[in-house]
Amino acid sequence: MATTTTETTEAPGGESKFPPLDVKSFPSQLFWLVIFFAALYLLMGRLVLPKLAAILSARKGQIDGDLARASALKDETEAAVKHYEKALFDARAKATDIGRDTRAKVSAEIDAEQATLDGALSKKIKDAEAKVAKAKAKAMESVESIAGESAADIVASLTGGKTLKTAVAKAIASVKR
Amino acid sequence: MANDPIHQFRLHDLAGPVNIAGYEISFTNSALFMGIIVVTITGILLLAARKGALVPGRLQSVGEMWYSLVDNMVKNVLGEEGKAFFPLVFSLFSFVLVANMIGMFPYFFTVTSHVIVTVSLALFVVCLVVVVGITKHGLGWFKLFVPHGVPLAILPVISIIEIISFLSRPISLGLRLFGNMLAGHIVLKVFAGFVVSLGALGGIGILGAIAPMFMAVALTALEFLVAFLQAFVFAILTCVYLNDALHPSH
Repeated sequence: MATTTTETTEAPGGESKFPPLDVKSFPSQLFWLVIFFAALYLLMGRLVLPKLAAILSARKGQIDGDLARASALKDETEAAVKHYEKALFDARAKATDIGRDTRAKVSAEIDAEQATLDGALSKKIKDAEAKVAKAKAKAMESVESIAGESAADIVASLTGGKTLKTAVAKAIASVKR
Repeated sequence: MANDPIHQFRLHDLAGPVNIAGYEISFTNSALFMGIIVVTITGILLLAARKGALVPGRLQSVGEMWYSLVDNMVKNVLGEEGKAFFPLVFSLFSFVLVANMIGMFPYFFTVTSHVIVTVSLALFVVCLVVVVGITKHGLGWFKLFVPHGVPLAILPVISIIEIISFLSRPISLGLRLFGNMLAGHIVLKVFAGFVVSLGALGGIGILGAIAPMFMAVALTALEFLVAFLQAFVFAILTCVYLNDALHPSH
């Protein structure tokens, strides 16, 4: 018993044997290698690796889910923006229509008002012109008679005699002409 | 004895000799460290996965990167069919990685510096390739050794080369890891030993110890890189070999 131990571990009579190539130590190393490597394989395969895989796949799932949600939200945002733009466009078009209609209505009203006002004004102007013409004619008539009287007076004072009204009137008419 | 660079690879019985069917299977320091490796991996990853936070903390990030590294490797090399092998590749990668890293601690035993461990893992992978290949494709899987589009005249030669290269896979896979870890640790120990023995001389010896001191520091950094790289290489070659089992037509 003692000899086997010393032979495998510390060879007596010097260090002649190179330990890594000492065949006597092989069975022990092989035996324990099989046991411990099998244990490691089982521990890794059954216990450790599933845990790590679960962590990594959970993270991947989370990231993928987040990305999917982000892209869904982005689509939603884009749809909202499109909707908003359409609404804005519609509102603008409507505003333009209303503006045009209002402008047309107001300018029609203005035109009508202008027309009535123009009619009234021109009538007033015509009336006034007629009045002025009448007054002028009247004034001209009275000028004739005043001129006749003054002319007769002047002739009477110059000649000291009476003047014929008809002759005066004749003279005035010839001057006027 | 402290300066013996081979001493660190010695096995010691920890629980007395145990024999089964004439084979000694004592619980040695190697077995202890295999147990430590398993506990370390499981502990770190369970701690990392404990909270399962949506935004990972530092430790959880490490666990997730660890997982994703192997996951991407398996997905890229094996495709979706390779999912079944993910726990195996993950276990292999983690076992080798943590074994190499724990070996970087002074006075700790490096499980992967023993050829029986690395070659056993490699043999297991290659045997698995054969078993999976034959169960999936039947005897048609052996077309792996008969490449398409090769002239009939040189086909036997090519097939022999293919078979030899296939059979040498467990050796290259196991010995690469073993050799890297063994050589790295020996070199580290040798340079560290220089520092100690030169420093013990005093005076000029201390001056002379400066160079190996820096060398030992630089080599330590290199060994950390190698420790990771070898685990990565082991895992990716496992994937590449398993790919032959799943998709034998090149």
